[in-house]
Amino acid sequence: MSFDVSDIKKDFPLLSCEEHNNSLIYLDSAATSQKPQKVIDAVSSYYEEINANVHRGAYRLAEKATTAMEDAREKISDFIKSERSEEIIFTKNATESINLVAKSWGAANLGEGDVVLLSSLEHHANIVPWHQLAESQGIEVRWIPLTESGLLDLTDLDRLLEGVKLVAVSGASNVLGTVPPVRTLADAAHAVGALCLVDASQYVPHRPTDVEELGCDFLAFTGHKMCGPTGIGVLWGRSELLEQMPPFLGGGEMILDVTQEGFTSNTIPWKFEAGTPPISEIVGLGAAVDYLESVGMDNVLEHERTLTTYALQTLKDRFGDELIIHGPHDVSVRGGVLSLAYQDIHPHDVSQVLDDHGVCVRAGHHCAKPLMKLLGVGSTVRASLYLYNDESDVDALADALEATGKFFSR
Amino acid sequence: MSGLEDLYREIILDHYRNPRNQGELEVPPAVMAEGFNPLCGDEVKVHIKVDDGVIVDIKFDGQGCSISQSSASMMTTAITGKTLEEVEGIIYSFKQLMSIHEKSLEGGSETVDSSTTGLGDLQALQGVVKFPVRIKCATLGWNTLEQCFEELDEN
Ligand SMILES: Cc1ncc(COP(=O)(O)O)c(C=O)c1O
Repeated sequence: MSFDVSDIKKDFPLLSCEEHNNSLIYLDSAATSQKPQKVIDAVSSYYEEINANVHRGAYRLAEKATTAMEDAREKISDFIKSERSEEIIFTKNATESINLVAKSWGAANLGEGDVVLLSSLEHHANIVPWHQLAESQGIEVRWIPLTESGLLDLTDLDRLLEGVKLVAVSGASNVLGTVPPVRTLADAAHAVGALCLVDASQYVPHRPTDVEELGCDFLAFTGHKMCGPTGIGVLWGRSELLEQMPPFLGGGEMILDVTQEGFTSNTIPWKFEAGTPPISEIVGLGAAVDYLESVGMDNVLEHERTLTTYALQTLKDRFGDELIIHGPHDVSVRGGVLSLAYQDIHPHDVSQVLDDHGVCVRAGHHCAKPLMKLLGVGSTVRASLYLYNDESDVDALADALEATGKFFSR
Repeated sequence: MSGLEDLYREIILDHYRNPRNQGELEVPPAVMAEGFNPLCGDEVKVHIKVDDGVIVDIKFDGQGCSISQSSASMMTTAITGKTLEEVEGIIYSFKQLMSIHEKSLEGGSETVDSSTTGLGDLQALQGVVKFPVRIKCATLGWNTLEQCFEELDEN
């Protein structure tokens, strides 16, 4: 399928909604993406036509609901090239997916002095669960440093890997856009008997994902950043590992048997899905995957690369040294997330004026305070691109930035 | 851009560009408190020195947006030389201005207008109310000042 962004834009009702005078410039997809009509329809038609609890009723409607949910699991499994759909565990979001690994695998397998190696790019979701294990079981959290340009500095990797039981890195940074060499890190982890977890929250939505190629053992991502609903996340894990891991939450769905004396866990994936799952959200995420497949993830990646190149060039041409674009500038190792510092205007003030021009960007620390500290800033302005953005959105950003400069130098 | 002009009044930008009473004081005799805005990562430190129930010196320091920094700067000029009781009144009025109604404070019902007129320059921050996320910026220094008072009480 050929990729025409003006057609894509039309698939997203909010982007052309009258409420916003048809003029919303949405550049905050790293926080959450907009939703195509197909996803919105899938969620509402689930409630209009299918709604029943899953894995429980013997009536046909309940079977339909169960099928809808398990079909979505198959689709998502195929989408990331997992060999077995039981390796897809539904969670609330990426944060819960990572917590599941920390609290189940981590608590059972890590102890005093064991090391979890993180990159300096991480989102709090892939930091705090490990800090918690440091508090509860005395593990050590260690950091892979960054180079000047915001890439992982792997020169000392061998030494960093000493005593490491898990390497946990983001597949793509939500602040700098950096896409670390996951395969290299996974292989290095395996060479010292460690596992590798990838926080793919900013990866899966933007490029073709193949868990075998990535070579990792766990992959966490979140539905709402990939055109899906909020409230649904995914943990993919190798079945041998998932089978060995103790359950995370206890309750209905996750058991085979319960007696007054104890319980027997269900098989994977249900072992990790206690309670009624977010069924409509799962169905919605299945529809999001269908949508992204129909566009083609290769096309999404190529479009974002082209647009990121355009954005880097446009911003450099128009603002020169007045604008700092943090992170790598080579689009082969970065995604479409642009963290900016403009003159000495505080990010909060920049985003306020941008909003006045209909441009939605995020100002803040982006839940990555350790990275902010390394960058030597408290916050940045972050503009992030997705499949529905085009050059006119980048131009609008640049125009609004120029207006911001004028406004504050009055 | 009328909304924006209203938010970023000249006096606000002036305090942002030329902050008054920026810096630190020696602790003790001063007391210090630190405030954070977890949403945006802004931080402010407030030092106050109190003699005989009067604020004889105050300094603030931190990193933050024009609203949080100018509000803290204006706060320092508004309360220097005032008694703690007077300062409580100013804090109360400022919170009224920000539409934060503290039920626990007395006489807070219908006196909004008359009680905020004594704020002087601080009135310029009124435009913030139209931008609810920015209220947290404007009140950061003030909440930190209140933490200083808690420090004082503990000492
Ligand atoms: C890199 C990264 N990891 C994790 C998360 C957390 O996602 P969620 O809040 O959906 O759990 C985010 C999103 O904010 C992210 O950008």
